[in-house]
Amino acid sequence: MAKENLLEIRDLHTSFFTDHGVVRAVNGVDLDVPEGRIVGLVGESGCGKSMTARSVMGLIKSPGRIESGSIKLDGRELVGLSDRELRSVCGDDVSMIFQEPMTSLNPVLKVGRQVEEVLLVHHKASTKEEAKRLTVDMFERVGIPEAEKRMSAYPHELSGGLRQRVMIAMAMVCKPRLLIADEPTTALDVTIEAQILRLMKQLCKEHHMGILIITHNLGVVAEICDDVYVMYAGRIVENAPVFELFDHKRHPYTEGLMNAIPKIGGNPEFLSTIPGVVPNLLHVGDGCTFAGRCAHASDRCRAEMPALYEVAEHHTCRCFLAEREGQ
Amino acid sequence: MKRVLGRIAGMIPVLLGVTLLIFILLRVVPGDPVSILLGEHYSQETIDRLTRVMDLDKPLIQQFFSYVGNAVRGNLGESYTMKRPVTTLILQAFPSTVKLALMAAAIAWVIGILAGIIAAVRQNKLLDHLFMGMSLAGVSVPIFMTSLFLQYVLSFKLKLFPLTSDGRLISLILPAIALGWNSAGSIARMTRSGLIDVMQQDYIDTAKAKGLTKASVILKHALKNSMLPVVTMMAIQLSSMMSGAVITESIFSIPGIGRLATSAIQNRDMPLLQGTVLFTTIIVIIGNLAADLLYSVLDPRIRRAV
Amino acid sequence: MEKKTKQTGIQSEAHASDIGEKYGWKEMLHQMWKQNPLAILSAVLIIAIIAAAVFAPVIAPYKEAQQDLTARLQGPGMKHLLGTDELGRDVLTRILFGARVSLVVGIIPSVISLIIGLILGMIAGYFGGAVDYLLMRLVDIMLAFPSLLLSMVIMYTLGRYANSVICIFAALSITGWASVARVVRSQTLSLKESVYVEAARSIGVGKFRIMFRHIFPNCIPSLIVLFTLNVPSCILSESTLSFLGIGVQPPAASWGLMVNQSKQFLFGMPWLALAPSITIMIVVLAFNFLGDGLRDILDPYMQTR
Repeated sequence: MAKENLLEIRDLHTSFFTDHGVVRAVNGVDLDVPEGRIVGLVGESGCGKSMTARSVMGLIKSPGRIESGSIKLDGRELVGLSDRELRSVCGDDVSMIFQEPMTSLNPVLKVGRQVEEVLLVHHKASTKEEAKRLTVDMFERVGIPEAEKRMSAYPHELSGGLRQRVMIAMAMVCKPRLLIADEPTTALDVTIEAQILRLMKQLCKEHHMGILIITHNLGVVAEICDDVYVMYAGRIVENAPVFELFDHKRHPYTEGLMNAIPKIGGNPEFLSTIPGVVPNLLHVGDGCTFAGRCAHASDRCRAEMPALYEVAEHHTCRCFLAEREGQ
Repeated sequence: MKRVLGRIAGMIPVLLGVTLLIFILLRVVPGDPVSILLGEHYSQETIDRLTRVMDLDKPLIQQFFSYVGNAVRGNLGESYTMKRPVTTLILQAFPSTVKLALMAAAIAWVIGILAGIIAAVRQNKLLDHLFMGMSLAGVSVPIFMTSLFLQYVLSFKLKLFPLTSDGRLISLILPAIALGWNSAGSIARMTRSGLIDVMQQDYIDTAKAKGLTKASVILKHALKNSMLPVVTMMAIQLSSMMSGAVITESIFSIPGIGRLATSAIQNRDMPLLQGTVLFTTIIVIIGNLAADLLYSVLDPRIRRAV
Repeated sequence: MEKKTKQTGIQSEAHASDIGEKYGWKEMLHQMWKQNPLAILSAVLIIAIIAAAVFAPVIAPYKEAQQDLTARLQGPGMKHLLGTDELGRDVLTRILFGARVSLVVGIIPSVISLIIGLILGMIAGYFGGAVDYLLMRLVDIMLAFPSLLLSMVIMYTLGRYANSVICIFAALSITGWASVARVVRSQTLSLKESVYVEAARSIGVGKFRIMFRHIFPNCIPSLIVLFTLNVPSCILSESTLSFLGIGVQPPAASWGLMVNQSKQFLFGMPWLALAPSITIMIVVLAFNFLGDGLRDILDPYMQTR
């Protein structure tokens, strides 16, 4: 993987300072998105994967904030930029697609205008006419039928799939280097999901851009991703290229996630789940955060947090089980 | 279009109900109007004749329908004390009240919306607390107190404005401030909570992710959405503004509807009171209808249904 | 979206602990003091004013209607803290006794309109159909009136039959119940669909029993808030009516009437109008602060209103 890293996150800490204590939503995350590759960030709800993405876009709401760490986009440091500087990067060099196409578009503005706005804000179009032309082009590229006519539609007049295409058009219209997609297909039904994933893959190849896709769905990962990061309770627990991960999963949590995928032909009475829930991030002890739900947990696991051990080339795992091989 | 007609049709029972209620409330006073009309010296014969002429001997229900029938044709009866048609008196007084209310509304909206936006942007900071405290004070101060205060300080002491209305617009400024101050408080609170609510929505994140600065996010994306409930609020304000006009018009001697109503009460002039209350209420109902329709113009999700 | 669930996770947890604390009076007060000290201060002030009204004969410096024609229209001073009016009556004494009228006029109509609004609102929401339609049109009609004008009409009609304070009770109750009914109705509508009401209905509990055992208790927090916010609006309405000369009639004294009587001396002796005006403002403000604070704690669903 000699490719240059578009996005480099190093030791990112994003925390929420609530009345009841500090919630460390992102707790020392390292993550790379190389050019031309699709990287998946997987985990259960509440594990901090969206917070990682939102940290990049500067969308952390009070009482949360980035405490420390570095986020580099194409070599440029984003942490510590002023709002104005960060806004000039967002939507232009890096853009984001959100989970809910229903609520992520402004209900009182025409969708065409919402896309044109990105071009005008980033001076990619000098006139309204030009912006309109580029937007219609983009609508056609992302497969919106009757693009011209749809320009003047309001979000509530479009189906979920079309709205997500509008979101993608909005994210792609400035030809960003990096696209962050936060659960882009969770709210859509399966056939639409496949279409949207195919579209993203195709755009990635054509523009040679990097995509960071956040999902809890390992099916999506298998379909589209090149590399995968598995996140648990604010930390990366395993990272590997997609085939390596599926074939040689090392972390008990990754294993649990994979076993929880229902399989065709499997026994429907016996759907494996991981016992317990994500721990309350307000009260985390010293040990491995997964120890409470792990079948292999030892006393050491409960006392001490394992480091990320390299178990194969490009494959790291945060588990004492992997420690021996790592050294 | 169907919706507009439907809303207008829905107004009719309310209008009839309002008329009926005023009618019942005022006709409970028996025999009273005639004696007021005649003054001290009159014979039983005159009373009977007048009672007949004024339909007061007919059953109440018949009186009601003849009143409604006349009202629809623009005839609200004749004032006892001023001996002139109530409709004429109201139409003469109406422009003053409209001017006053429009100025007050402009003041209330500008101050209220601006303060609401600033408070929302600086949520939980000093400016927010200050503005919200002031808006609560605005709602809590009786209008007559604001009026007297402004009249004393700005007119009497500083001689910046005329003491009472003289027909010029400048003489309406103080009453308009007194009247608008009250509504500004509730509009500010509404704008603030609406804006804070909208700023939590997903599409605001989208707008930020697109690279819009905080100011354009608020102005281009949040404000229009958050103004929807405020529009309804403004219609509700119309009603309380009509109440407030009664007070300010009385303090600043503005010859408007509110003063007509107070003098009708003082002189026990039943047709005049009935007419002014009915007229004002109809204005409020029409205002609510207009706000409702404006709401559907502003919100595309409803617009298609119109 | 994940972020949302996370945040609401934190919030619901926080909320759960709030509810846990609500079981204790002291904890609830403590919570409120932390969140909204003004509300607590307002409550203390309200209690103090009520006490002052009750014990007015004891604490007032002069007797209720004591006139001193040799000391008319005096400015604030040592002998008369807030000065005297045109009949030489002590203004402070009048304000203390006026509090009795003003507070009673604030509280009683609020209670009456709360009861009427509660009953009609529950009936409309629970029975639905034609009953609901008729009651809600009646509410529409009541709310269409500018409240002051409607009160004026009622004062006009009842004025010659009854004591002016009783008339004000009637006028403010008649104008006040409609908005209560509307809130109660919408709560009843949502409670009606709730699982425990359905469960109660399925085991054959009667309609009125459901209303009073299941729906009414759930409306109490909103009713407390509505009451706290209704009192100041009644005090304001009374003072306005009295200011216009169609409210409380002398010799009874209310703060609004005091402003009315002193407005002829406004330019010479502004303090005469100022003292009762500021009293009205402080009391209304205190009730509004308290109502706001109670709303934040008791009724999270009403916060945006």
